[in-house]
Amino acid sequence: MSPSQRTVLVVGHGMVGHRFVSSLLEHGHPAPDVTVFGAEDRPAYDRVRLSSWFEDRDPASLRLEPYSDGGVEVLSGVAVAGVDRAARTVTTADGDVRGYDTLVLATGSRPFVPPVENHQAPGCFVYRTLDDVEAIAAYAAEPDRTPTPTRARTTGVVVGGGLLGLEAAKALTSLGLKTTVVEFAPRLMPLQVDDGGAAALQARIAELGVTLHTGTRLDKVVVGEDGAATAVQAVRGDDVLAIEADLVVFAAGVRPEDSLARAAGLDVGERGGIVVDSLCRTEDRHIYAIGECALAADGRVYGLVAPGYQMAEAAAAHIAKEAEDRAFTGADTSTKLKLLGVEVASFGDAFGVGDGATSATYSDSRRRVYRKLTIAPDGRLLGGILVGDAEDYGTLRALVGEQPPAAPEALLLPAGTAGAVSIGPCGLPDSAVLCSCHNVTKGAICTAIHDLAGQGDGQDDGEVTPKQIGGCTKAGTGCGSCVTSIKALIKAEGGGGSSGLCEHFSQTRSELYTIVRRDHITGYAELLAKHGTAAKGVTDGCDVCKPAVGSILASLGGLLAEGEAKPHVLDGGQAALQDTNDHVLANLQRNGSYSVVPRIPGGEITPDKLIVIGEVARDFGLYTKITGGQRIDMFGARMADLPKIWQRLVDAGFESGHAYGKALRTVKSCVGSTWCRYGVQDSVKMAIDLELRYRGLRAPHKIKMAVSGCARECAEAQSKDVGVIATERGWNLYVGGNGGARPRHADLLATDLDEAALIRTIDRFLALYIAQADRLERTATWVERYEGGLDRLRSVLIDDVEDRGAELEGLITAHVEAYTDEWRAVLEDPVKLARFATFVNAPQAPDPTVAFVPERGQIKPLLTLGRR
Amino acid sequence: MWTAVCKYSQLEPGRGVAALVEGEAVAVFRLRDGSLYAVGNLDPFCGASVISRGITGMRGDGTATVASPMYKDVFDLATGVALDAPDVRLPVFAVRRHRGVVWVAPDVTSQTAAGAELLTEPTLVT
Repeated sequence: MSPSQRTVLVVGHGMVGHRFVSSLLEHGHPAPDVTVFGAEDRPAYDRVRLSSWFEDRDPASLRLEPYSDGGVEVLSGVAVAGVDRAARTVTTADGDVRGYDTLVLATGSRPFVPPVENHQAPGCFVYRTLDDVEAIAAYAAEPDRTPTPTRARTTGVVVGGGLLGLEAAKALTSLGLKTTVVEFAPRLMPLQVDDGGAAALQARIAELGVTLHTGTRLDKVVVGEDGAATAVQAVRGDDVLAIEADLVVFAAGVRPEDSLARAAGLDVGERGGIVVDSLCRTEDRHIYAIGECALAADGRVYGLVAPGYQMAEAAAAHIAKEAEDRAFTGADTSTKLKLLGVEVASFGDAFGVGDGATSATYSDSRRRVYRKLTIAPDGRLLGGILVGDAEDYGTLRALVGEQPPAAPEALLLPAGTAGAVSIGPCGLPDSAVLCSCHNVTKGAICTAIHDLAGQGDGQDDGEVTPKQIGGCTKAGTGCGSCVTSIKALIKAEGGGGSSGLCEHFSQTRSELYTIVRRDHITGYAELLAKHGTAAKGVTDGCDVCKPAVGSILASLGGLLAEGEAKPHVLDGGQAALQDTNDHVLANLQRNGSYSVVPRIPGGEITPDKLIVIGEVARDFGLYTKITGGQRIDMFGARMADLPKIWQRLVDAGFESGHAYGKALRTVKSCVGSTWCRYGVQDSVKMAIDLELRYRGLRAPHKIKMAVSGCARECAEAQSKDVGVIATERGWNLYVGGNGGARPRHADLLATDLDEAALIRTIDRFLALYIAQADRLERTATWVERYEGGLDRLRSVLIDDVEDRGAELEGLITAHVEAYTDEWRAVLEDPVKLARFATFVNAPQAPDPTVAFVPERGQIKPLLTLGRR
Repeated sequence: MWTAVCKYSQLEPGRGVAALVEGEAVAVFRLRDGSLYAVGNLDPFCGASVISRGITGMRGDGTATVASPMYKDVFDLATGVALDAPDVRLPVFAVRRHRGVVWVAPDVTSQTAAGAELLTEPTLVT
C-alpha cells in the first residue's frame, strides 16, 4: 500500500461502492482508514434485486454482506455536497469536512425523467431505490385524495420498456394495478434484443395482462383536481392516446450521477460520466470513479453491476497495492433476467454488428420462444439473444469467443427437440468465464468444488453448496444468473456426494449417456480422457465404469454409426469393456462353465427347432432346463465349445437370446385369441413382434416383457418391465413391474392403444429409460423415482410435452435398422473366435477345473469349493 | 524357465488370456498402457479358473487391478493381493515381452526370472 493513499473516502454506498470497500479490505487495507458516505438512509443493498422487495417487503433480505472488518466507518444518510481537490477534503450536506488521501466516487446514476408537463405531480415516481419502491407501494395502497376518497388506485403506467421499465411493470402488476408500458422505441428492450426477440417477449408479456404501447412518445401527465396524476397522454404516429394512470413510474433510462465531479472541475464526457483511465483514476491522481458514474477507458458508461464490480476491483487493487493487473478496459454487457416471468438474455455481440458476422435464429411464435446466435466468419460464437427459453444462457455466454462444440443451429434448438445439443457447464472449457460479474472461470469453480469436497467432515457427505463456492470464489454472488451452472458443476464434479458412477467418473450413468450422445463419443478411452480421471493420471477405469460405458456405447451404437454398420459389442476397444458374459456372449456359471440360451421369440418354437436344441444339448453334454421366460437354457458349456455349439444353433436358424446381456431378455406370452377360448387379441404375434423389435437393445439393466391376450393375465405382464394386456379395443400398456426380491406391480400407463400407438409408446419408454436410468437400475425403481411421478412420465411419453418423442423413437429406429445377430457375427470373424480358446498356448487342452458329476439323469458342476 | 505363451499382438489391450505355464493355469494381462501382468488364473474365492476373464482397471493411486468375473473380487495385479481381503492372494508370475513374444516364468521373485536375458529367438508352444 502506498502511504499517500492511506485515508480512503468512498462517496456512494451502492453495490459498486460496497464491492470496492470489500475488495480494499481483502487487499489488506486497514479498515479504520476507510470511510463510506451513503446518501440513502440505510446500509448497502442489492439493487439488482430491488423488485424482490415486493415479495416479502423486507429490506433486510436485500442487504449485502457486512464488511469482513467492522472498523470501516459507514455513514448512511450522509450526502456529500462538495469536493475541494486542492485541500483534498469533502464537505457533507451537513457541513462536515473530511480529509482524504484517496477519494473514490461511486455515486451511480440518477433516473432520467423526461421533462414533460406534470412530471413531478403526486403519483409520479422513479424506480431506483428502496425508498422509491416503498413509496410506490404505499401510494398504490392509499385511497386517492379527491374530496370523496373512495376510489382505490387501480391503474399504472410505466414510461420506458427497457430492462428497468419491465421490472417496474412487474412491480405494478404485483400491486394489483392494471399496468401499461409506454416505450418510445419501436420495440421493448431495444438495447438488448432485436425485433424477433422483442416480438416473442411482447407476446408473452401481453399474455400476462400488461398492455404495451411501443413506438409511443409520452406527451404529458394528466392530473386531477387534487393535482395528482390520473392519466398520461401519449402520441403514437398520428394517434393521441389517453391512458388511465393513478401511478406513473418513470423508467426511461438513467444518467451518470457526475455532479460532484463536474462541480470539482473534473473531466466528464459529453453525455455525462466521469472520465477515468483503465485503473479507474480520474485526471486527479487522488480521485477515482467507479461504476455507473464513470466513463470507462473504452469510452462507455456501464449501467450494469458486473462491469461496476470489475471497476471496483481494478481501483481497489491499484489503491491498496498499486497493482495494475486488474485494469478495466471494457466489459461484456451480457444480461439475463426474468422479466414478468419471461426469461430474456442478451450476451456478447447480440446484434451481430461485428465484421462479417452471420446469425442463426430459432423462432417459435406458438410457444413464444426466440433464440438467436451470432457467429464470426471463422465460426467463433459472438453473442446471442434468448427470449422465453434462456436455460442455457450461462453456458452459451461462456462460449463467446470460442468455437462452439456443436453447430449453432443444434445449440439453438430447445432442449429435448430432436437434434438439439445442450452443452451444459460440464462441456465448457476450463477457461470459459462462468460468472461474468466476478470474472470467475469454470476452472476456478471446479478447483473450489474439489477443495471444498475434500474438506468434508464426513457428517454431511462433503456436500458442496453454491453458497460455499460463492464464499471462496465470489462466483454466483453478483447477478446470480450462473448459480444454475454452478449447481450443475457441483453435481458433475462430485461435490454433491456420491452420485458419480465410480472413482473414474464423477458423472452419473445418465450424464455420461448424454455426453456420449452429444459429443458422438465412440470409445471408452476418449470418454475417460475427456470426462473421466485420465487427465489426472488415472488412465484406466474399473469393472464398474467399463461395462456401464460399454452398455451406453452399445445402446447408442445404431445412432452413432450414422449409416455405417453398427459396431459389434465385441468390436475394437469395446470388447475389453464387457463383463465376461458379454465378452463370450454366454452366462458364466459357478464352475467357470457357461450357459447358452437361444432366442425363442414369444416362447413359440417349432418341433424341428426343439429337436435341434435337444440334439445340441445331448452332443455337448449340456444340462437343459426350461426358463421362466419361456425358453430353454443349456448349462455346462465349456468356453472353447461355445462357437461350436452356436454354429449348430445358427445353422438351424437360431440367434442369440441375449440372456448374458443387460438387454431385452424375453417377451413372454399366453397363447392368445388364436387358441384360447377367452383371448381377445393375438398375444403371441404381438409378443413375437415386440421381441424381434427390441432384441439386442442394450439398457442399464435387463428388460423383461410379457403380453397377455385377455384380462385373465396368464402371461403375468404386470410383473414385467413392460407389460401389455389385450382389451376388446386394443392394448393396455403397463410399465415398471418387477418380480425378484422386491416385487412391484407395473403401473398402467395407457389404455386401449392401437398397435402403432403401443409400439410408439414402448419405443419412447425404453429410450427414455436408457437415457435416464442409473447403472444397473431396473425400470421399476426408475419409474418409482421419476421426477413428477407417473403423471409426468405419461405426459412426456404420450402427450410428448417435452417435445422429444421423435428423438426417443429415433434411438429405437436406429437400433432396429442396425440389428444383427451377435453370435452369427462372431462365427464369421476369426479374431473374435480366438477369444474362446481355453489356453492361449493350448487352445484345445481341457480346463481341469470344469468338471461334472451326474444328477437326476443330467450333469451338475463338480465344485472344489463354494463361495468363501 | 520361461514359457512363451503368445505373441504380444494377440493380447487385447485391457483384457487377459489364460495360458498353461508348467502345467499351471496363468492369467496374462495386457493393460491399456501396454504393461503386462501375470497372476494365477484360479479365483481363490470360488475355485473356478476364471481370473483371465475379468475386467482390468486402475485405482486412483495407480494400482493396476483385475476384478474376478465370478463374484467381482478385485485383485492387485502386481502383488496378487485381494484388495478387500488382504490375507487372500493370487500367485504372481514373472512376465516379459521379448521380440514381440510374451514370456511367463513361475516365480516372480527368483533372480533368474527377474534378471533373465532372453537371448534365443523364441519358438511358440502351440
